[in-house]
Amino acid sequence: MAKEEAGNGFNIHPMDQFEIKSLFGDGPIHWYSFTNATLWMGLAILAVVLLLVVGTRKRAIIPTRMQSIAEMAYGFVYKMIEDVAGKEGLKFFPYIFTLFIFVLVSNFLGLLPMSFTTTSHIAVTACLAMGVFLTVTIYGFYKNGMKFLGLFWVSSAPLALRPILAIIELISYFVRPVSHSIRLAGNVMAGHAVIKVFAGFAGALGIWAALPIISITAVYGLEVLVAGIQAYVFTILTCVYLNDALHPSH
Amino acid sequence: MEGNIAELGQYIGAGLACIGMGGAGIGVGTVAGNFLSGALRNPAAAGAQTATLFIGIAFAEALGIFSFLVALLLMFAV
Repeated sequence: MAKEEAGNGFNIHPMDQFEIKSLFGDGPIHWYSFTNATLWMGLAILAVVLLLVVGTRKRAIIPTRMQSIAEMAYGFVYKMIEDVAGKEGLKFFPYIFTLFIFVLVSNFLGLLPMSFTTTSHIAVTACLAMGVFLTVTIYGFYKNGMKFLGLFWVSSAPLALRPILAIIELISYFVRPVSHSIRLAGNVMAGHAVIKVFAGFAGALGIWAALPIISITAVYGLEVLVAGIQAYVFTILTCVYLNDALHPSH
Repeated sequence: MEGNIAELGQYIGAGLACIGMGGAGIGVGTVAGNFLSGALRNPAAAGAQTATLFIGIAFAEALGIFSFLVALLLMFAV
């Protein structure tokens, strides 16, 4: 890792914020270590449980703020699945809603200053994306049998082109979990690194530090937007993949 | 002016990888711009197509994220 210190106190370490540290005791990290990633994932789950359990406990006709947030999130994902994957996709509503709310809350928790963004780690997003990929593939074969392979055989194309298209489709199918996970992690990581780079400028500029601080504020606003949009994109791509498993013919 | 030639290649490669992000920028701009021009012609149909818009943007953007990842790998992992 390039970590040479430049002179004049001008040192930017934009990637240091993503370091996984053990919270109790030093030493190497084992699978059972309680790290900052564990802590913030736990906090995300706690926040989701609080929102959904406390928010919907009273079930008032005139909802409180918390209840209407919970209802909006529920209705939003429900409608998304219905629009993209059809009525049959609603079987997977609990899974997709879990993904959406976990990614959304993790993204937003990561925006708190000094916090740790779990979704900026490819290890985390790859697990989520691999889960989606395996679910969709296994369910596709379970539901359609060998007809699921029709996904790769583009019957609307000329016959001579079909084998070539089949190879392309096959490759793009297996790249899906990669792009699905890297899109989320990359977006979140890039945004946070940009904020850190600007923070490094602010440290070096002395009296002119106001300029980068204004830009940090602007980038932060953009990051709030990105956090929401990336959770949305992650979920809607899950729905698109699910739709492929449900209706594999081209 | 002393240094490691591998490190030189690492930095140059990371810089070159960033060109790919420009391609992603063009792609995302094309998707959003065409959506807007279509949406202004037929605003009634635009609302139902926002999901398609975001899917298109996500696919166009993924390749830019790949090049960003290559740059990151060259800088920090190689």
